[in-house]
Amino acid sequence: MPKTYYNPDDLRKFGEITEWSEELGNKFFDYYGKVFEEGALSAREKSLIALAVSHVVKCPYCIDAYTKDGLQRGITKEEMMEAVHAGAAIESGATLVHGVQMMNKYDKLSM
Amino acid sequence: MALLKSLSARKNDLSKPENQLAFLSNGIFREGGLPLFKDKIAESGNYPLKPKTLEILQLNLGYMCNQVCSHCHVDAGPDRKEIMTQETMQQCLEVIKTTKAHTLDLTGGAPEMNPNFRWFVEEASKAGIKDFIVRSNLTIILANKKYHDLPEFFKKYNVHVVSSLPFYKREKTDKQRGSGVFDKSIKALQMLNKVGYAQPGTNLKLDLAYNPAGAFLPTNQEAMEHDFKTALKEDFDIDFNQLFAITNLPISRFLEYLIASENYEDYMYELVNAYNPEAVKNVMCTNTISISWDGWLYDCDFNQMLDLKVASTVKHISDYNEELLNNRNILISQHCYGCTAGAGSSCQGSTA
Repeated sequence: MPKTYYNPDDLRKFGEITEWSEELGNKFFDYYGKVFEEGALSAREKSLIALAVSHVVKCPYCIDAYTKDGLQRGITKEEMMEAVHAGAAIESGATLVHGVQMMNKYDKLSM
Repeated sequence: MALLKSLSARKNDLSKPENQLAFLSNGIFREGGLPLFKDKIAESGNYPLKPKTLEILQLNLGYMCNQVCSHCHVDAGPDRKEIMTQETMQQCLEVIKTTKAHTLDLTGGAPEMNPNFRWFVEEASKAGIKDFIVRSNLTIILANKKYHDLPEFFKKYNVHVVSSLPFYKREKTDKQRGSGVFDKSIKALQMLNKVGYAQPGTNLKLDLAYNPAGAFLPTNQEAMEHDFKTALKEDFDIDFNQLFAITNLPISRFLEYLIASENYEDYMYELVNAYNPEAVKNVMCTNTISISWDGWLYDCDFNQMLDLKVASTVKHISDYNEELLNNRNILISQHCYGCTAGAGSSCQGSTA
């Protein structure tokens, strides 16, 4: 077994998850493929959303995959970094908005 | 990064075709990881690969170039002295007069740097070939005063210009092709537009060839063409006809880059995973003959750089015989995965 939890080579083997649960694996990959097709949003826009989410969920495989996907689509590094900031802003906002809960609780408990 | 010297001038091991071919047949292709290209195409009954109707004669007028691009499969540069002589050109002209091919495609290096380039274009244009292509790196037009009138020259002979432009932004272009290349390319494209290229009411065709600036495959050609057209029009008022998305093949300086940047294995896995049996049906080696600066015949420009001469009794322009050549088996190796990945790739762009 490797000494690290993440191995970049494992990304190539992603499709193998189907081997242990064929129906669910196939349903997932069909759904995944459909999601990223051109639709009301362009495939390019979805690629940037995926890149931002990859960072928020801190998935190294996804970050590698969607950085390359962005390069292939001609997405610039400025656009990529802005997408990451959009994800980071929501993530930090999600933490900070809980500050209101803290304030409420503080006020309730205080005389 | 753009380089200063060719592999050849640096006496790099990869400047020797046999070393490249050995590299491409070992490692991940020997240890049971990835299938050899011949086994892959055999799965769909395409081995041995055979030619179809000949459509394109591609002539490499020499490896000399004013640029030293980091992805160049020709290993071209100012230090390369291999140039087609007038005598070989004359032999090519005899073939051009009788060929059944409808397209003549001049490439290099920078073909314009061949001292007999203009004479050859003038003579070849008399043969009445339907589509007469010159592959221009654009910056040559501004490299020296003697080249400034090339747009008018191309127009005079109704040459179809295919120009390389890796991206519509400065940074990526200059990184791949050298500092200042983007600005010069833009200026050259404007000069071509000015004499009528890609303008309404003229038949002067100007296409762009796009190679990814790194270890990744090109995306959908139509989407890329749309992005290029929008950006070049908005930013520089430039028009062009079509964009050809071309995959970088793992040979020569691009192979050197892949190895040095530790991207080789991932890139080859990606090419193999993206293998498209539909693309095999239209690979350019099935409708092209490539002729080197010294008159040898090849299945394509990539095989020329790997010195894989055609597997035929006819191997040189001096013995050219289209009928015999059409019976040959096309020579293949693992670099061929570059032409069969995704939507396929050729000098005319996507193939599937």
